Amino acid sequence: MTLQDLLPARGFQYNFAFIDEGAKREVRRALLKAVALPGHQVPFASPELPIARGWGTGGLQVTMSLIGPNDVLKIIDQGCDGSVNAVNLRKLLVATTGVRTTFDSREATLMQSRHRLPEIPMTEGQIAVLQVPLPEPLRLVEPSEVETRRMHAEGDYARMWVSLYEDVVQNGSVSLSWGYPCRVNDSYIMSPSPLPRWDLHMLHQAEHLTLLGAGREKRVYAVPPHTSVRPLEFDDLPFTVENFAGLSCVRCGSTDTFLDEIYDEETGKSFRVCSDSGYCDLVREGKIRVRSAAHA
Amino acid sequence: MGYVAVQGGITAIENSQKLNRYLRLRGSSAPVSVAQIMDQMGPLVDRVMSEGGLYSPFHAALALKQASGDPLEASFLLRAYRSTLRRMVDSLPVRTDGMRILRRISSAFKTIPGGQVLGSTSDYEQRILDFSLAEETEEAQRAAVRAFAASVATAAGLPDAAPLEPERFRKVVSNLREQGLVAPSPLGDPGPPTDITQESTAFPLDRSGRLQMLARAETGGVLALAYSSMRGYGSVHPTVAELRVGRAQVRIPHPFRKGEAVALGSIVVTEVEIVASVQRLEGEETPTFSLGYGACFGHNEVKAISTAVLDRAMKSPSPKDPAEDQEFVLLHTDGIESSGFCSHFKLPHYVTFQADLDRLRDMRGDRE
Repeated sequence: MTLQDLLPARGFQYNFAFIDEGAKREVRRALLKAVALPGHQVPFASPELPIARGWGTGGLQVTMSLIGPNDVLKIIDQGCDGSVNAVNLRKLLVATTGVRTTFDSREATLMQSRHRLPEIPMTEGQIAVLQVPLPEPLRLVEPSEVETRRMHAEGDYARMWVSLYEDVVQNGSVSLSWGYPCRVNDSYIMSPSPLPRWDLHMLHQAEHLTLLGAGREKRVYAVPPHTSVRPLEFDDLPFTVENFAGLSCVRCGSTDTFLDEIYDEETGKSFRVCSDSGYCDLVREGKIRVRSAAHA
Repeated sequence: MGYVAVQGGITAIENSQKLNRYLRLRGSSAPVSVAQIMDQMGPLVDRVMSEGGLYSPFHAALALKQASGDPLEASFLLRAYRSTLRRMVDSLPVRTDGMRILRRISSAFKTIPGGQVLGSTSDYEQRILDFSLAEETEEAQRAAVRAFAASVATAAGLPDAAPLEPERFRKVVSNLREQGLVAPSPLGDPGPPTDITQESTAFPLDRSGRLQMLARAETGGVLALAYSSMRGYGSVHPTVAELRVGRAQVRIPHPFRKGEAVALGSIVVTEVEIVASVQRLEGEETPTFSLGYGACFGHNEVKAISTAVLDRAMKSPSPKDPAEDQEFVLLHTDGIESSGFCSHFKLPHYVTFQADLDRLRDMRGDRE
């Protein structure tokens, strides 16, 4: 060490992608471990960012630790590129990296999202980064972190199954709606961000890599390509996705997408629009044809 | 159409920021200076430094100005700024028994080594609104300062006088320890402390990690949980063996001369040691008092006492009450994390709520 080292740096500027290279390496080491152990939650330091905890700091740190100058970035929130938080995170990343951004999920090399995957399944070479509020699927049945880590280590998932069974007994079906617990690679049970059940098939045997970051809870985990992701289900009560039968998007006419429910201010009537705004725009512009119903 | 409402985020965010600035400045009064906040809102600045985890009265006051005085928001600004700073060197352990005392009291003994020093406290003030403050003038300010300075014998008596040679006052607890009335310090070198800013916390967390998390915890949060333990959900009825507020020197290893240290300056800290219920340690015949320790940046006695109570509560050999559960206490008292998560519920949850609606309609049989 020299005395110079003790002086504050002059003309302080933020590093490329904001966080320093040492912190990026730490996140990448955790991610490598996560990829090697699909569905396993790996702790990381998760320092504070200029974005509030709970607003995507986990996903943001994953993106910041991976992004390079040649990446093409897409950021969505609830499927929408224009949602305020997506706009805010995109602004921070563009300001600190200068990378090109896109609304077309097919062009993105790196796609950060909260609560959705794009309707068009991602492909080899693409990375999906998901923001995660509550990474622990077993929190449903066990509040203690020490205990849930033990349960994962021992594959002790009996209480999870019992809770699903009780749910069925009381409600007639599993009432879990989003973040539906999945078994990854026939091993760990994972909380798939809070994706709707609709999106889960796109994690299973996917061509792309999915990285999940929980900033406040300081955990990262991953679903590598070609890995099985199976929602927990009983043999006689198969897993189902959201039912949009008979509904279509008023903007693009799609009948095979996840539809948000919107109410008309004047008439009070409800109508539906695609939650994936990028996809909806592409269909409207005639750039892609309406797919055959994937979930029919 | 409703769909457009979530679009146009850029303009909405920019306009919202303009509105914030306007609301802060629209009154006809002069802008609050950072120096005024540092000088006249000491406890608030201290709280922000402590919860932000960065000892810098200037940056804390600047954050408070930017946050229009909101301590949670200001602590968050400071914590986020702190993550961008380079960590250059670890300081040597701070010797609090050598701090320059600003206040030192014990509720265990009338006389303590070095004597009790009441110092600055509002404990014995009658909480009556002082309407003369509404008209405080600069002349009145100068006169009050002059009068106070004249009333103390030497300039060295002023609290902001140049640091004196450290006064080494024995800790009250050391006396009890010598008599074997409190549990002895754990033997041996505890090793390098955990660094909660560099590692993800894993439970059970060692004591250095626990105390670090409490040192950055939100004052109201630690107070609420400590109060639960004092009042009914627990059994920590503390006696304040010693409460110290003072300036402690921060030293680092000399960059060139091995074995020597360089003093960087001093920081104001509040430190509390409490003696709590009698315990019988495992394998020990004789009962002893149990101890709790709390320390935080700045002058914040409620936080330091609460920290000490929670430190003691978390040492409970068989945790059963909320305040005795490490995970419960430490994971729920960080103001930046809890307020961030609480606010995130304002973000759109259209997709997850749609999924909820789907389940409910399905269970109600609305779609038969």
